[in-house]
Amino acid sequence: MEPIIRVRDLHYDYINGEGEETAALDGVSIDIYKGEFVVIIGHNGSGKSTLAKHLNALLKPKSGEVFIKGMDTRLDENTWSIRQTAGMVFQNPDNQMVATVVEEDVAFGPENLGIPPAEIRSRVDEALRSVNMMEFARSAPHFLSGGQKQRVAIAGVIAMKPEIIILDEPTAMLDPSGRREVMETIRHLNKDEGITIVHITHYMDEAVEADRVVVMENGRIAADGTPREIFNKVDTLRSIGLDVPQIVELAHQLKKEGFDIKGEPLNIEEMVEAICR
Amino acid sequence: MLKDITLGQYYPKDSPIHRLDPRTKLVITFIFIVIIFFVRYYTGYLYVLAFLALILALSQIPVRHVLKGLKPLLFIIILTFLINLFFTSGGTVLLKWWKIEITQEGLRQAIFMALRLIFLVTGTSLLTLTTSPIALTDGIELLLKPLRVIRFPAHELAMMMTIALRFIPTLLEETDKIMKAQTARGADFESGNLIQRAKALVPLLVPLFISAFRRADELAMAMEARCYRGGENRTRMKVLKVEARDYAAYGVALLLVAAVLMNAYM
Amino acid sequence: MPIKLENVTHIYMPGTPFMSKAIVDVNLEIDDGEFVGLIGHTGSGKSTLIQHLNGLLKPTEGVVYVNGIKVDKDSKNLKALRHQVGLVFQYPEHQLFEETVYLDIAFGPKNLGLPEDEIDRRVTEAAGLVGIDINALKDRSPFELSGGQRRRVAIAGVLAMEPSILVLDEPTAGLDPRGRDEIFWQIKELHRKKGITIILVSHSMEDVARLVDRIVVMNKGRVELTGTPAEVFSHADRLLEMGLGVPQVTSLMRALKDKGMDVPVDIYTVQQARDVLRKLLGGSGNA
Repeated sequence: MEPIIRVRDLHYDYINGEGEETAALDGVSIDIYKGEFVVIIGHNGSGKSTLAKHLNALLKPKSGEVFIKGMDTRLDENTWSIRQTAGMVFQNPDNQMVATVVEEDVAFGPENLGIPPAEIRSRVDEALRSVNMMEFARSAPHFLSGGQKQRVAIAGVIAMKPEIIILDEPTAMLDPSGRREVMETIRHLNKDEGITIVHITHYMDEAVEADRVVVMENGRIAADGTPREIFNKVDTLRSIGLDVPQIVELAHQLKKEGFDIKGEPLNIEEMVEAICR
Repeated sequence: MLKDITLGQYYPKDSPIHRLDPRTKLVITFIFIVIIFFVRYYTGYLYVLAFLALILALSQIPVRHVLKGLKPLLFIIILTFLINLFFTSGGTVLLKWWKIEITQEGLRQAIFMALRLIFLVTGTSLLTLTTSPIALTDGIELLLKPLRVIRFPAHELAMMMTIALRFIPTLLEETDKIMKAQTARGADFESGNLIQRAKALVPLLVPLFISAFRRADELAMAMEARCYRGGENRTRMKVLKVEARDYAAYGVALLLVAAVLMNAYM
Repeated sequence: MPIKLENVTHIYMPGTPFMSKAIVDVNLEIDDGEFVGLIGHTGSGKSTLIQHLNGLLKPTEGVVYVNGIKVDKDSKNLKALRHQVGLVFQYPEHQLFEETVYLDIAFGPKNLGLPEDEIDRRVTEAAGLVGIDINALKDRSPFELSGGQRRRVAIAGVLAMEPSILVLDEPTAGLDPRGRDEIFWQIKELHRKKGITIILVSHSMEDVARLVDRIVVMNKGRVELTGTPAEVFSHADRLLEMGLGVPQVTSLMRALKDKGMDVPVDIYTVQQARDVLRKLLGGSGNA
């Protein structure tokens, strides 16, 4: 099967505060397939946001190549259809809303695509329903909570009917309930609407429900696998400076001491199972 | 605190005037401004007054609310009145004191100018009171669209207005936050003379500007990611439509024009 | 009693349609040198509460005492109070404005009208407390630093006021795990070395539980629970009802208890859970 996102040997340098060239991406290759829910995890400066911006043609590869649904991001004529195919949600909920009314903001993308008014209307309503924000359609953005603003931002992307949504640390500035709202929305879009999700975060617990976890470090991919495979590398994650969920840590410590913990529990139910067996 | 400041004093209601197409309201306001300058006799103002009273009644906005809006302009209105009163000559002298004389023509001119100013302000404020900022921006964009042939950036202007309106509450909130943070570090925004106060603003303004630039940068990227590429080939979700009530409104406005012109020149 | 709140209520914009009661009838005492975690979700009133501690807000009703200074709705001139209570807001790096790191940290002490050498001493000490190498960075623009460094410079700016009470509102918001651990470690060290009272506002239960002596839980403008982490986490039901999370191991213990196992429910760290499970699983280990 042809991957929907195909990144080959991607390099990207930028000039840092002291005028030195620093590698943000140092040879990244990755294939992501339609319908996957991929979490990219890494700490600040690991290159994860730079990679995200390449997937939406906001950055063009300096060396290496990126294909979105077969479209080469280096070619200018592909830029707009790439951005329509791979929508992007950013970290700061305040700095990605354009309009003074929620529904107008959701309409912004489709308006840019030149879609007829009646169809924009139905897309906006549909998008607001799928992020569960219909009742706020006429509200002003600054009266919404952080989680609600991010859901509106997601609706703004959905209204463009993308096949992929790239979320660049959408939960970093939210409180726990806001994070939960956003994660539930993302999961719904992936499971029920079949949208490919690339979710970038530094919260390990958000990776538990993904199909696949990609760990980035120093502009490279340090690990790539199912959550279970990744979480089992407790010592690697530690050395990179990432968190490990308490349950995983607990199971890891008990196993080290020679206790017989069956399987690799990732959540509370699995841990209870492993203990009560 | 700062959140109490509201820009544009839109007064939400569901009146026939509120429902008018913003373009209609913009055009009629423009006609209104022009026609006021054609009034030559006091009786002409009666028509203008009747027109405003009709709009006010239909708009369901309390008269007191509109008059309150005149208050900040009271000083200018009085000043206009006095300047015209003292510095217009001609006609019989009504009052003479030292070198200053008040003439009949001066009094007439003063009353005339003051009324003109009051009507101008009331007329335009009725526009902003009954039209939401978004509708106003849309209306301006569409009205100015034909000017594209002379490369007038109508769409860009409207987009700038929208973004400004969108970020005013955000930046006010931010100002409040930075002010508190600097106060907690011992900054004093409230005492001292003018120069000291101006200096005290530096710790507030620098972070505010930096944040505004950062926001602008991020917003630009978010807009690009959502395929924004200027006004070309862009559609709108809400299409403004001229309806029967808009024609009715134009009719009433033409009536005013006719009445004022007939009063002045026939 | 260094901090005492008596029946404190705060209402925003009273008498307007926008009126909202942010905190209602709050009674709270905090001892000298205590390390307290203040928890609650957005809108629970915790931000309003902490602004009362240094006089940025005055109570609509009730009285606040801080180090003997009384604050009620008629209090004026609260400068003395501001010097005793340091307040670090969320994303404090957004308040940096000076040309150099040194000048920014010195802004607070300068406002206190201190002599040059005292300012210098304080800047150096405050920078050291947050792990900023002042000799290397003092002439650098704060805007050239990394996000984590900027935040630490901003915190140093408050520490240089040498407050006897330090309030930090979500000091690790937006930082990655490494940056978060660094800041927490430095706050813990600060508490150990200087013995000042620290109030840490957070919505992360696991982080707070690791650090503080006592937790105060706020919900809908009221203080709902207060006690040691073990005491507070033994009320997991109520915390979940308020929309707050509990540490995963706390939930695990509750799940095990529901299965009829004899385990304590006031567990909140991995170490504690490991000790419990060691006993429970007994013998099967080789340790």
